[in-house]
Amino acid sequence: MIPLNWWLILAAMLFCISVAGIFINRKNIIVLLMAIELMLLSVNMNFVAFSRYLDDMAGQVFVFFILTVAAAEAAIGLAILVVLFRNRRTINVGELDSLRG
Amino acid sequence: MVVEQILFFALGSLLLLAGLGVVTLKNPVHAAMSLVLTFFTSSMLWILLRAEFLGIVLILVYVGAVMVLFLFVVMMLDINTTPLREGFARYLPVGGLVAALMAAQMVAVLSSKHFGFDNFAPPAPVIEGSNTEALGMELYTNYVYPFEIAAVILLVAIVAAITLTHRKREGSKTQDINRQVQVRRDDRVRIVKVASESSEGHGA
Repeated sequence: MIPLNWWLILAAMLFCISVAGIFINRKNIIVLLMAIELMLLSVNMNFVAFSRYLDDMAGQVFVFFILTVAAAEAAIGLAILVVLFRNRRTINVGELDSLRG
Repeated sequence: MVVEQILFFALGSLLLLAGLGVVTLKNPVHAAMSLVLTFFTSSMLWILLRAEFLGIVLILVYVGAVMVLFLFVVMMLDINTTPLREGFARYLPVGGLVAALMAAQMVAVLSSKHFGFDNFAPPAPVIEGSNTEALGMELYTNYVYPFEIAAVILLVAIVAAITLTHRKREGSKTQDINRQVQVRRDDRVRIVKVASESSEGHGA
């Protein structure tokens, strides 16, 4: 039998890896988007684990909705990335300073 | 039971390794392939949790659609990855520190005895219908309005992605129906009066 906290710890470690990825890849938008996908995946793993251990299908329904929203987010994010590259010829976050931010 | 735990550790360590690959690999294509491995492994883990439908959906939607989209974009854009790697070594200590602190906190909370997570047994599986059937019953009864909203969100994403990336190309041969309908006879036909030649004049 696998205790519930093993699943939660696994998901937490995956989440921390993706947080570290956002820190160390802050120049590369593509890897940033991938790290966000990784975060959503780890959250989904928590939902699935709780759904199994509490015997409640609502957790899996929420995973379904998170998958939908994540797919929409990836599509729009990559579309913005393509437009950005077309206009600026770069996707380096360090060079995107038009708004003087 | 032991088989389940062995599978959990094997797949879990593979998952974490692939996740590390996503954030550390130099080539974005390699990172995307590593993310594919991550999705595959976590789909296997979800099937271990008896969420078969979501496991299959994760492979179909993520590996089949989202990651292909990522790979398309990575390969279409002519990216010089060297400047994107700058600051990697600089931010590695702080990123690693924050991640290690977060992981330590979460593991400390989750493995403490106060919440009883460690002896929280899953309920005995009740064999009635499949996981897909159970999820469908929930989705189309209690969650039917959120389901419709999810469909609308996908539609909005389609429209947004197309309008963002669509552009008029110079010199592309497309019909302009408006101009085609508005055209008049004078724009296309010019009647020229040409004097007919006389055969005598030419022959002389």
